[in-house]
Amino acid sequence: MQTPEQSQGRATVEQLLHALPDRIQAAEALREQLLANLVLVGEIPAPTFHEAARVETLLMRWSESGLQNCSRDAMGNGVGLLPGSEGRRNILIVTHADSAFDDTVDHAIAMQPDRIAGVGVAENALALATLATLPALLDHLQVRLKANLVFLAAGRCVGRGNLEGLRHFLANNALPLHHGICLEGTPLGRLSYQSIGMRRGEIHCRVPAEYDWTRFGASGAVLAINQVISRIAAIPLPRRPAASIVLGSLEAGHTYDHVATQAVMRFELLSESSALVQQISAQFADIVAEVGAQSGAHLDLDIFAQREPGGVAIGHPLVRVGRQIVEALGVPLRITPDTAELSALIDRKIPALTIGLTTGHAVDDEHEQVQIRPLYQGLAQLVTLLQAMDGGLCDEV
Amino acid sequence: MKFNPPSPRDTQQIAGHISSWLGTHTFHHSQFADVRQLVDAKQRQQLSISLCIPTLNEEKTIGKEIVVFKGELMKRHPLLDEIAVIDSGSTDKTREVAAAFGADVYLSSEILPEMGEKRGKGENLWKAIHQLKGDLIVYIDADITNIHPRFVYGLLGPLLLRPEIQYVKAFYDRPLVMSPGVRTAGGGRVTEILVRPLFSLFFPELTALIQPLSGEYAVRRTLLETLPFPIGYGVETSHLIDVYQRWGLDAIGQTDLDQRVHRNQPTADLGKMAFGIQRAFLARLKSLGIVKSLPELSTILRQFQSRDGRYEELEHTIREEERPPMIEVPAYRKKHGLPLK
Repeated sequence: MQTPEQSQGRATVEQLLHALPDRIQAAEALREQLLANLVLVGEIPAPTFHEAARVETLLMRWSESGLQNCSRDAMGNGVGLLPGSEGRRNILIVTHADSAFDDTVDHAIAMQPDRIAGVGVAENALALATLATLPALLDHLQVRLKANLVFLAAGRCVGRGNLEGLRHFLANNALPLHHGICLEGTPLGRLSYQSIGMRRGEIHCRVPAEYDWTRFGASGAVLAINQVISRIAAIPLPRRPAASIVLGSLEAGHTYDHVATQAVMRFELLSESSALVQQISAQFADIVAEVGAQSGAHLDLDIFAQREPGGVAIGHPLVRVGRQIVEALGVPLRITPDTAELSALIDRKIPALTIGLTTGHAVDDEHEQVQIRPLYQGLAQLVTLLQAMDGGLCDEV
Repeated sequence: MKFNPPSPRDTQQIAGHISSWLGTHTFHHSQFADVRQLVDAKQRQQLSISLCIPTLNEEKTIGKEIVVFKGELMKRHPLLDEIAVIDSGSTDKTREVAAAFGADVYLSSEILPEMGEKRGKGENLWKAIHQLKGDLIVYIDADITNIHPRFVYGLLGPLLLRPEIQYVKAFYDRPLVMSPGVRTAGGGRVTEILVRPLFSLFFPELTALIQPLSGEYAVRRTLLETLPFPIGYGVETSHLIDVYQRWGLDAIGQTDLDQRVHRNQPTADLGKMAFGIQRAFLARLKSLGIVKSLPELSTILRQFQSRDGRYEELEHTIREEERPPMIEVPAYRKKHGLPLK
């Protein structure tokens, strides 16, 4: 008995999975083009709000590859369209163009036969290089999608960017988007289909220069922020719904011999429950107010980014196909929630997945490294997922 | 017809020629960024192009160079027909890395073994003429960390689009957007302290080359095979003098490649470079009859360092040996079907 796909002349999931080894081999043939794109894109610094040069490079690549309507919008997003043979559906493939590193950091990339090292190669130059190379890869594989493929290098996403570019694009885009793929450099095997509740912010602590430590019994911004941390650490977190407080970075003072007059702590609150994130945010506000009053330091809580939980269920055909592809590649499946681009698509009810392209380590560090060989699997995964979306294999019945 | 260089005393004529040459023979890489146009010109003229990267212990940067040039200028645009690494005997993984990324890798000592083995970058450049196939050869150093396809297409552009130009030199670090005001356009320390003053004294028109010592240049084989090759520090200076003496300044072009990031050399190493260049330069003055005779020149550079409160002498032996024009080498003539002399 024929499956619905077979009866309509479409490839089945099994057929697509069967073709994976050929896809991996074909991806290897584009190694130099992909890695050259990685160097040319990744060595352009692109701190959030200053990603224009990187986006322009991508637009030139897309334009030369025959994409249509290549342009940059008011929020710095780079957009291009690869028209499908039918064009009745639209698939969005997106990654963020900006990075967490400013232009004073050396962005030189070093290449060895098995690995690539450099600031931002995993997060997120490799995904951008993949977007630059994908038209050539599809061409090489002679894959012509029926659906239009919308390429998006989103600006203003990271940190204080708060997905501003992507949200602007989604709010103003005229094409109805049926599926989305969010690309990340690492790790291969990653599959994200749900967003979790998140608040991202900073606590700033300032003490006046004439601060009198004998009067208050504390010694400047460091101890004040330490009190805040101690109080945060005492916040009880339930096992269910799961929640987490991430204290991401802490900066204070400049020297050994002067009391620090400023400190800033960056954090994220994460939970499966929107209400719980809200509740912890309120506790943060209380702690900041109380420690400020007790210490005499001036404390500010600045929450500038938030996400709401959502996404498709694990049984959704999109997730099922995504899992099957990862399993067929023989790499460990890593199901994790996402608070990045995926959450903006989820907010718009667009079924989407975040996938990783290769293995790496020291991600988000100045010593980032990614492996070259697993990358071919990552590219094969991407093409197979696109074909599955294009063939209707990821549609909810 | 042999070129008759102006006398250094003809200052008005020299200034006029330099001024017009700067306008007609100085380029910016962005003028050649449409690589498809260069590929068309190459195919129309039925030319082949080789890239030569001379190496000695460059494992950290060689992989990226090859990937960028191969990805952009072979696979994406078929501008290059060959990417070759000519290695002086690296003790690190330079050859392994280069081969892993698909370059043709040669040990300099294994090319023309009957000619023996000499140490020096010029030796690799010279042997590349025999080993490589291209009608045009581009030389790019391996220690560039901000590598970009412009380093190659910027040098090939003038050769492909201006048939009268034979030899194109790179220079670096000039702002693309020309702002009002005056800005010194200069070379490195050895250029400004040694080479440009020497050129000013003996070959004033060559002072128009912004960075005569840059290690990146593109040359037509028909010219390259006729040039003698000092194998040490003097190769670039000697080339310019030889090309200028035979074909004049108009056979030379120069291209601004913007920034080049590479290792900075200690002053003591620049001293060795200056010593080698001066030996090669003086040899050229003598062979051209500009000076009638020279005493026997020392091959020892003496430098000094202090250790534990005492000064000690360091002796560096720097020979500027010279390889003959490749066209005179029997194996080369045989390979190219030329009658043996």
